[in-house]
Amino acid sequence: MIVSSLVIDAFRFIGDNGSLLLSETGQLAKLAFASLAISLAIALPVGLWLGHKHRGLFLALGASTLGRALPSIALIGLGIAVLGVGFWNVSVALVVLGVPPILTNAYLAVDGVDRDAVEAARGIGLTETQILTRVELPLGLPLILAGIRISAVFVVATATIAAVAGLGGTLGDVIVNQASYGEAGVFAAALCVSAVALGTAGLLGLMQAAAFRRMTPRT
Amino acid sequence: MRTEAAELVFDEATKVYPGREGAAVHELSLTVPAGEICVLVGPSGGGKTTALKLVNRLIPLTSGYIRIDGKAIGDYNITELRRSIGYVIQQVGLFPHYTVEGNIGVVPRLYGESRSWIKARSAELLDLVGLDPSYAKRFPAQLSGGERQRVGLARALAANPPLMLMDEPFGAIDPIVRTRLQDEFLRLQGELRKTVVFVTHDIDEAIKIGDRIAILREGGKLAQYDTPMQILDHPVDEFVADFVGRDRALKALALQKLGDLKLGEGVRDGLPRLPAETSLRDALSFLLAERQEAAVVTGENGKPLGVVTREDLLR
Amino acid sequence: MNGVRFAGGGVVIPHFHKPSACLLHNGWFCADWLRQHWGDTLQPDLIQHIKLTLLAVGIGFAISFVLALIGLRFRLLDLPLGAFSDFLYTIPSLALFVLLIPLTGLTVTTIEVALVSYTLFVLYRNIVAGLRAVPADVLEAARGMGLTRTETFLRVELPLSAPAILAGLRVATVSTISIATVGALFIAYGLGQPIYDALQQPDIFRTELVAGGGLAILLALTADALLALVQRAVTPWTRAR
Ligand SMILES: Nc1ncnc2c1ncn2[C@@H]1O[C@H](COP(=O)(O)OP(=O)(O)O)[C@@H](O)[C@H]1O
Ligand SMILES: [Mg+2]
Repeated sequence: MIVSSLVIDAFRFIGDNGSLLLSETGQLAKLAFASLAISLAIALPVGLWLGHKHRGLFLALGASTLGRALPSIALIGLGIAVLGVGFWNVSVALVVLGVPPILTNAYLAVDGVDRDAVEAARGIGLTETQILTRVELPLGLPLILAGIRISAVFVVATATIAAVAGLGGTLGDVIVNQASYGEAGVFAAALCVSAVALGTAGLLGLMQAAAFRRMTPRT
Repeated sequence: MRTEAAELVFDEATKVYPGREGAAVHELSLTVPAGEICVLVGPSGGGKTTALKLVNRLIPLTSGYIRIDGKAIGDYNITELRRSIGYVIQQVGLFPHYTVEGNIGVVPRLYGESRSWIKARSAELLDLVGLDPSYAKRFPAQLSGGERQRVGLARALAANPPLMLMDEPFGAIDPIVRTRLQDEFLRLQGELRKTVVFVTHDIDEAIKIGDRIAILREGGKLAQYDTPMQILDHPVDEFVADFVGRDRALKALALQKLGDLKLGEGVRDGLPRLPAETSLRDALSFLLAERQEAAVVTGENGKPLGVVTREDLLR
Repeated sequence: MNGVRFAGGGVVIPHFHKPSACLLHNGWFCADWLRQHWGDTLQPDLIQHIKLTLLAVGIGFAISFVLALIGLRFRLLDLPLGAFSDFLYTIPSLALFVLLIPLTGLTVTTIEVALVSYTLFVLYRNIVAGLRAVPADVLEAARGMGLTRTETFLRVELPLSAPAILAGLRVATVSTISIATVGALFIAYGLGQPIYDALQQPDIFRTELVAGGGLAILLALTADALLALVQRAVTPWTRAR
């Protein structure tokens, strides 16, 4: 069948062009993880603090809706039109997409922590920062990690699209260039992107499950 | 079964939960006459809830029979059976997305009653359970625990069922409101005269509410089925005596009224006066507190009926 | 006008009778171009996009609903079903389109299949969570009052899970509108077209980029607001305190 032969060809392509795919995959991962790290650095403190203060629900929910509504290609295009093509320029667009899920979930996670637990912590003399880091953060961890996971999936997926808009070397340029790489090459590159995304999501999913298990008593 | 009140008969009703040793309800046989309140009481895990749920077939019988107005429950259409039995539970289970009126109207709507009929019926029932008509448009989230339980009762009464099943209906309500709800429930029953099976683990509530009390012991075995007075005066065994408590003599006093006694002669001024509805327990407490030996019992309009002494009360 | 349009394809320089100063300077928002191409480009693309979204969310909802009922009835299947919808969501959209093309070809169906598979993630989770959160005492009361299974489902379980289900629908709809723009990289359909066209111009045709992207955002926010209104209208009890 055509499909199975395509899959075989794709794997043959991976074998023949291992170094190209490897470097492009590495580049994609670098772009995605750098953007994710910046998103985390921005969104996590803000979300946690707002959640701790139980303030800014509108901002948190609005951010998530807006974040979802932004069409990623248009945003990348906008970034390029304003800043030009380049690794850091594209990562600005990725950060804009990566921030909302982390911010929203961090907010909801901390905001939703049992108020009695927080009250008790305050009662035994923990400072606000200690309450946040020792009570709210551990209790809200599963939800926080879920937000990071969604954000990671989003950023990896969009990093591929960056190539379409002109940033070379991140698998996306292979995906949209059937003329040079053939159907098998396009298919192979798509497999690589999926592998990165699934690997990232899987890793964060495992962390999430571990956090959950630590929180629920063994029965 | 569309009578005003139905007769309910348990006939060797037995429930054994699958995978469990021993029965939850063991060969339970008792008859609840039409229009009476039968209270099922006993320790936690004694099978009270199970016995109750056997009646509306929320739990299937293992063996034996339960008959309503002479017909075995298995011979009724299950949906019809449930719709014609009022069911009230401790957690109330009001539908959060319906208003009070919507909750009361659930079963009537299924019977195809009109909107206006339901509106009128809900106003009538709210009045009956002592809630202001303005409550009709509220959602359950806007009610207190006691108000929710009243609405639960009104909902159960909506289709005018001849039989009511109530599982610890006042169990989650604070003592003061509970007492008020019990009083109002008794007043209501005075008007409606339904057949009621009422579950509680509180012997005082059982004594207060029940026309008859069925005491279940562990394993769902019936220990005694009698009127409250009989159970207090003549507990059949150690278990029942223990369960009703060391103060059963005092509880018995609480059940009788001065008017029930044969009163003595010798009405005179200077004696304190007590209305005939006063319970013997309250009368005794009064005499002790006031350091009096006797009191005049008065009937309607304060008309003296006779004299009661400390000795009369302690007999 | 379906057709393949991989990157590096012919660049179409727009024809204008009299290019305005705005257009000559590649302005961000050239009203004359917008007016001129509303009828022949933007409006049809917008309508295509709406159709695409309605169909994807509709089919996605129907599938998720059936899967959720299966997952609720057969507890063992809930975990794999949830994991599967999770997995689909994790595949990057661009890659998913490519992976689907061998199966469904360069057709609108490919976009639809990809979009539907993304909606499953949010919808399945929310429907299951919503139905599962119906309080046990409410269900017991319903059963005790003699509501049949169907009556209980339609009158109690479904309305009570409406807030969760509608919340899921909002997220799914907004995401679908956004992700659908990616499909235009392969299949010329919807609001991805003007965006992609703009990106292919030498300096990025700003007005068209803003128009396509802006319309997609507006559409998403409008749909979200409409669904929020529906949510408000059908769940009055959630605001009763
Ligand atoms: N669904 C069930 N499955 C198995 N055992 C049950 C179930 N429900 C109740 N039981 C058992 O049956 C006995 C009677 O329970 P129940 O009728 O609830 O007692 P009560 O209402 O008097 O507290 C208990 O030992 C309880 O553990
Ligand atoms: Mg019980």
